[in-house]
Amino acid sequence: MVKENSPAADHPATLRLRLRVWRQRPGQPGAFEEHELPAVPTSASFLEMMDLLNERLIREGKEPVAFDHDCREGICGMCSMTINGMPHGPLPGVTTCQLHMRNFRDGETITVEPWRARAFPVLRDLMVDRSGFDKVVQAGGFISVRTGSAPEANSIPVPKPVADEAMDAAECIGCGACVASCKNGSAMLFVGAKVTHLNLLPQGKPEAGRRAVAMVRAMDEAGFGNCTNYGECQAHCPKGITLDVIARLNRDYLAERVRAFFASTGKPRRGGD
Amino acid sequence: MIPDAKIPAGPLAQKWQSHKARLRLVNPANRRKYHVIVVGSGLAGSAAAASLGELGYEVSCFCYQDSPRRAHSIAAQGGINAAKNYPNDGDSVRRLFLDTIKGGDYRAREANVHRLAELSVSIIDQCVAQGVPFAREYGGQLANRSFGGAQVSRTFYARGQTGQQLLLGAYSALSRQVGAGSVRMYPRHEMLDLVLVGGHAKGIVTRNLVTGEVRSWAADCVVLCTGGYGNVFYLSTNAQGCNVTATHRAHRRGALFANPCYTQIHPTCIPAHGDDQSKLTLMSESLRNDGRVWVPKDAADCGKDPASLPESARDYFLERKYPSYGNLAPRDIASRAAKEACDDGRGVGPSVDGRRLGVYLDFSASIARLGEPVIRERYGNLFDMYENITGENAYRRPMRIYPAVHYTMGGLWVDYNLQSNIPGLFVGGEANFSDHGANRLGASALMQGLADGYFVLPATVADYLAGVGLSGRPSGEGPEFRQALAETNDRVARLLAVGGKETPRSYHKRLGKIVWEQCGMARSKEGLTKAIADIRALREDFWRNVSVPGTGAGVTPALEHAGRVADFLEFGELMCRDALVREESCGGHFRVEHQDAGEARRDDAAFAHVAAWEWKGEGAEPVRHAEPLAYEEVQFSTRSYK
Ligand SMILES: Cc1cc2nc3c(=O)[nH]c(=O)nc-3n(C[C@H](O)[C@H](O)[C@H](O)COP(=O)(O)OP(=O)(O)OC[C@H]3O[C@@H](n4cnc5c(N)ncnc54)[C@H](O)[C@@H]3O)c2cc1C
Ligand code: SF4
Ligand code: FES
Repeated sequence: MVKENSPAADHPATLRLRLRVWRQRPGQPGAFEEHELPAVPTSASFLEMMDLLNERLIREGKEPVAFDHDCREGICGMCSMTINGMPHGPLPGVTTCQLHMRNFRDGETITVEPWRARAFPVLRDLMVDRSGFDKVVQAGGFISVRTGSAPEANSIPVPKPVADEAMDAAECIGCGACVASCKNGSAMLFVGAKVTHLNLLPQGKPEAGRRAVAMVRAMDEAGFGNCTNYGECQAHCPKGITLDVIARLNRDYLAERVRAFFASTGKPRRGGD
Repeated sequence: MIPDAKIPAGPLAQKWQSHKARLRLVNPANRRKYHVIVVGSGLAGSAAAASLGELGYEVSCFCYQDSPRRAHSIAAQGGINAAKNYPNDGDSVRRLFLDTIKGGDYRAREANVHRLAELSVSIIDQCVAQGVPFAREYGGQLANRSFGGAQVSRTFYARGQTGQQLLLGAYSALSRQVGAGSVRMYPRHEMLDLVLVGGHAKGIVTRNLVTGEVRSWAADCVVLCTGGYGNVFYLSTNAQGCNVTATHRAHRRGALFANPCYTQIHPTCIPAHGDDQSKLTLMSESLRNDGRVWVPKDAADCGKDPASLPESARDYFLERKYPSYGNLAPRDIASRAAKEACDDGRGVGPSVDGRRLGVYLDFSASIARLGEPVIRERYGNLFDMYENITGENAYRRPMRIYPAVHYTMGGLWVDYNLQSNIPGLFVGGEANFSDHGANRLGASALMQGLADGYFVLPATVADYLAGVGLSGRPSGEGPEFRQALAETNDRVARLLAVGGKETPRSYHKRLGKIVWEQCGMARSKEGLTKAIADIRALREDFWRNVSVPGTGAGVTPALEHAGRVADFLEFGELMCRDALVREESCGGHFRVEHQDAGEARRDDAAFAHVAAWEWKGEGAEPVRHAEPLAYEEVQFSTRSYK
């Protein structure tokens, strides 16, 4: 471990590691494969460690381990490895790509698996299909505004605390660690984050109820499980999204259901539709 | 043979409005009958696909990631410019226009840049309406900060994640259209070729990255928004999948490639730590608002604890050399100054290959003045990211930074309508060359991507479609499609068949070293000539010795990487060639032969033009065309930030 406030040493320290990596082809059962890595620099990121393994496999003419990754700076949400049983590994608030090897011990055995969730089927090795998230957003994760028809930006003042809270929720990167960490495979943290971001803002209010209901329905259809308040999602979310967003989602969802119920009974209501 | 840039006549400030009024429209009832392919789902692609879908066209949008929301626009940190003049500090469309032209070192088109400055204002309106949670003042109004190369505060931001929030806005608009059925989204599809029918762009060839299936798609026109080619340098701030394949394959089909040598080296990135590194991480330019850049005056002090060095032993070199812009000098200038200090032996941090490549970015004065909580609120996520990567706490010890490749100003040549020389092929965002000249100012790429996607392309694509009419779409079964498909399949098979011992990454690394050393921050005739020879040799070696395990059916990561590296190996040569012919220094293109004591020396008489390269076949010399840059309103002057 590099000491805080000391620049990394001129010659980086290395670790000897044993990796147990999940390999799986479509339509077939998967299994762990074991590899030794004799000299992994502590300054390398987790994915750079995986690169070292893959470089060796390719040189040997073997197929490299397939895994999703792109930005490698914790923002695109593409990387998705379950490391020693924990989505994104042992460090809180960090994605797989931002996890660095100085957080592991020399001689350690590391187990690497894909996200495990019913709604995220494995495509290959460590790659899963997360298109369910896109479907949920397509159902209502937007504010309906036509290109070019927006009013002057400062005509909609947003109090700073509201803007800040919306931004806290908007930081979700759509990685799916919340789903992977939940025993039920629920996507409530992800959906709650989007609903909270949009429903808090004045621009999002007109569609707030409809949005909550449509997204929850799409979530169920995409095969995500129910929320029974385990709270594991919050613990593994790399962006610090908290259970508050689920509370807001539930509130907006219920309010809309109640509104729709009274609307369907034909009971006169105050105000327009 | 340079095609007409189609700059509209009339006074600069009215060109876009009057041009737009003259563009042809498609009758709403007919729009559904036109199929538009948009490749790319970054700011430019998502905005274009969403807007075209909303207008009623049938749109297919492709990206290589598993979701359109992951395009690399997501990584932009600092902000987006707009001439709103909310702080009342003297900003205007004209000033943003002038700053951008000057920032680009007088190598961008006047009319395009003016349009960009005009549209900047509507972009902010659009994004706020979508729910982009920009930073706010306590009164509820939008907040601004300043960025390099400007003396006004015109940058809008959402913490250190502006690109993420803008892209999520565009992604939400795109998702709304996908949900409504007007856009079909094809993630995990990589475009490997462009299909021309009768000289017009009418389709693409893709490989499905999950099933391995190679197939073609027919359309009435094709819009490429595939981002920049910075990964030709191997180490850059780009995402791993960023590539030149889409634009280079279009280039091979006849599209001109403009100014490939204009690349941007960003001054504030985390220094490289070693040989197994796969990417470099940017520390937003906004940090230069509150951080001061320095190195020790004396090389002997470089290994010492920075806290032990008194003020008198420090050289705040940007403040010293550029007193009026100081730490906010433009990127090309700040990068070169940092390189100079390190070349002078005064770099800091651990030595890699025997050299210390780093300078300090020091927040202690700001922390003393404003308090740590304020700095944490402004940049907390960046400081956390820095600590994750380096293991150092930047609240306690100055950050170490060094320049890294970040953005590519060059790209496919387009006219004022963002149409390439191939009719029906439109190019938006970082993939085109149009608005930033030889150097891009901070916070202006997001602006350009969204201006192209929301406002320019929907109008100009319609004009093209109205012109070709409804009989324009080929069946997709014709000989052109069959041939493009066969060629792509053949190329995939060739890559799989080499059967060598070296990994695609090892070639990518070697190519990156060549272009970084010879076509990076300082370029020379000798170095570039050598680079061209070295790249050719490396390319030959690649096709003899690369190893691509797998059959190509299903997920084959080595094949994806090998295909991209093969294209970089062709494109890298073009980049060096462009740099070699441009015998001047301008913006990010610094030829050591053309300087005045370290400052770039332009040659307006000989080089006030866009260089647009034409592909002539493998092994044949490409041909360079020149589009003169005729300025109606701006005077060429020597860029000074002193
Ligand atoms: C770290 C970083 C920070 C930045 N910060 C700022 C900032 O603060 N302000 C600013 O103005 N600019 C900033 N920039 C620049 C800016 O982010 C980019 O220039 C801009 O976002 C590019 O947008 P784009 O839509 O053109 O391309 P991208 O967002 O790169 O999108 C490219 C799209 O094309 C697709 N694609 C690419 N190739 C293929 C292919 N062959 N087949 C199929 N699909 C393909 C990808 O899947 C993706 O969807 C930053 C850039 C980086 C790297
Ligand atoms: S809520 Fe957190 S864990 Fe879930 S997708 Fe968003 S960022 Fe990932
Ligand atoms: S690779 Fe983008 S978040 Fe990890």
